Amino acid sequence: MTTKLASPEMKSLHFNPRKPATTPGDKVVGAVSHTALTIWSLIVILPLLWTFMSSFKTSSEIFASPFALPSQWRFDNYVKAWTEAGIGSYFLNSVIVVGSALVIVMVLGAMCAYVLARFKFFGSRAVYYLMLAGLTFPIFLAMVPLFFVMKKIGLLNTLPGLTLVYVGFALPFTVFFLFSFFKSLPYEIGEAASLDGAGEWRTFFQVMLPMAKPGLASVAIFNFLGLWNQFLIPVAINAAGPRVLSQGLAAFAGQMGYAVDFGALFAAVTVTVVPVLIVYVIFQRQLQGSVSQGTSR
Amino acid sequence: MTLVKQKTLRLDGGLPAVVVPDAPPLASKRRRKPLTLDKVSFFAVFLGVPLAIYLLFVIWPFLQAFAYSLTDWSGFSPDQNFIGLENYRRIFTDDIFMKAMGNNILLVICLPIITIILSLVLATFVTVGGSSKGQIKGLRNSSFYRVVSFFPYTIPAIAIGIMWGQIYDPSGGLLNGILTSLGFDQFKSYPWLGDKSTAMIATMFVIVWGFVGFYMVLFVAGIKGIPAELFEAARIDGAGRFRTAVSITIPLIRDNIQTAYIYMGILALDAFVYMSALNSGGGPDNSTLVMSQQLFFTAFSKGQFGLASAMGVVLAITTLIFSGLVFLVNRLTGGGKDVSL
Repeated sequence: MTTKLASPEMKSLHFNPRKPATTPGDKVVGAVSHTALTIWSLIVILPLLWTFMSSFKTSSEIFASPFALPSQWRFDNYVKAWTEAGIGSYFLNSVIVVGSALVIVMVLGAMCAYVLARFKFFGSRAVYYLMLAGLTFPIFLAMVPLFFVMKKIGLLNTLPGLTLVYVGFALPFTVFFLFSFFKSLPYEIGEAASLDGAGEWRTFFQVMLPMAKPGLASVAIFNFLGLWNQFLIPVAINAAGPRVLSQGLAAFAGQMGYAVDFGALFAAVTVTVVPVLIVYVIFQRQLQGSVSQGTSR
Repeated sequence: MTLVKQKTLRLDGGLPAVVVPDAPPLASKRRRKPLTLDKVSFFAVFLGVPLAIYLLFVIWPFLQAFAYSLTDWSGFSPDQNFIGLENYRRIFTDDIFMKAMGNNILLVICLPIITIILSLVLATFVTVGGSSKGQIKGLRNSSFYRVVSFFPYTIPAIAIGIMWGQIYDPSGGLLNGILTSLGFDQFKSYPWLGDKSTAMIATMFVIVWGFVGFYMVLFVAGIKGIPAELFEAARIDGAGRFRTAVSITIPLIRDNIQTAYIYMGILALDAFVYMSALNSGGGPDNSTLVMSQQLFFTAFSKGQFGLASAMGVVLAITTLIFSGLVFLVNRLTGGGKDVSL
């Protein structure tokens, strides 16, 4: 199972141990390629490095020269951003909301996808297309009525409410992706499990779910990025509630226009960016594998 | 597939019949799958719980939006009068909303094209930049470029917006710092986001910056999925690199390109985060105002929920028309029948 899924990235075209002779044309093309890619890498990295460097400067230093290194590496800005601007508590809220939404949506999504992929019953196609419809419509359309739904059930401006909405909006993608995954698992295994006396529940949790691990991991990574970066939903239905990171960052930047403390703003951005970047660098192989899996179906 | 599955059910359901062979037959349809507690609870939970959440928080609001769009509801008062298509008439005669729609259309035309061309070029460099002798191979150390280019995709959009807002800052920003140190003194305190001739372009660049790496990785994966023999054959037939890229690579990954085009287009029709981070008020002379911003403002600042819902419907229909057009163009120009979403 695992090898079959990993194959698109394993079958890479390069990494040839033998070293073939290179023609002058190759050298030119290679040089041009390296130059173009290096330029783009610089365009990506320089803004990030600049933000990181500026997060150690005072506002007056930032305005004096955009390039100069900070006179001393002070962490005042981080302390300010973490405590005074509340980035610390926003960070915690984000971890709680995204973490629990991720767990719930993975379990529910896997269950729903499994039932849709493995059982034929009246209306299964309809449910599948209903999920697909949720992928196509822009979230914006739902925002106004959603606001009043949340208000009516008393979950407006609460973290559990936000979590449930995250689950709802991440569900179609999860089901859609895992649907094809569960379809590809061999039927004989489910058969064997039921012959051995496992009920439907046990078959799912002890046989199918462990087999679906690679697929689950890919979807979980994408869901994590999507939910962690989500901005519109919290701004619309959690405007007066405990803020999550993206929302708090925007509010902080909004205030900045009046009380200029750019150093703290840069520190806040850095605090937001660095953890995800570290997670990415650790899991980048897995993630790039999932990009290819998700699209070359 | 179906055959195997029927067998499963028969085996599964046949067991009780074996244990009690002379039990009177129940309704013949039911006998195939007896509804045990295990099965009933399984279906109820596995299908019921996710569907309940999905219907309540996603489908129900979507449906309600269409109904609200035909009323003059202001949200906090109980009275909702049915006013037919009046909201839509107001939208299409509202200069500001039409301006926003124009900006969205500009975005939907430019953003996907720029992003896709740039990421295709970079992906081609990564995959076929290596030696032309012997086995086909990619560029050396290319994984470094891939990892770095992917960075922006992992950064929250709002952080990207805030960061670039600072980079474009007229006096303390990185961009003007670089330009003035290179000798372009006219940019000393040029407001990139405050001048209506550059605000839109500057904003577009930020979005392109955020997505090129992602699509590059996607295209690299697509190109690597092409069997090496095809490239080999093209080369033996005397096709150069450029010819190979245009005649072999692009046609073979056109489904990936279509997917990218649709995703990028849907993003361009939304663009809310970037716009509100870079120019929350819609930019100089509303030059970067988009429909989603106008919708948000109409709903949550002005409280005109009926009107805002109508804007949402217009936005949704525009999105559907756009996706339909992309599918149609791809089909007409001979694209694949199986389209991966």
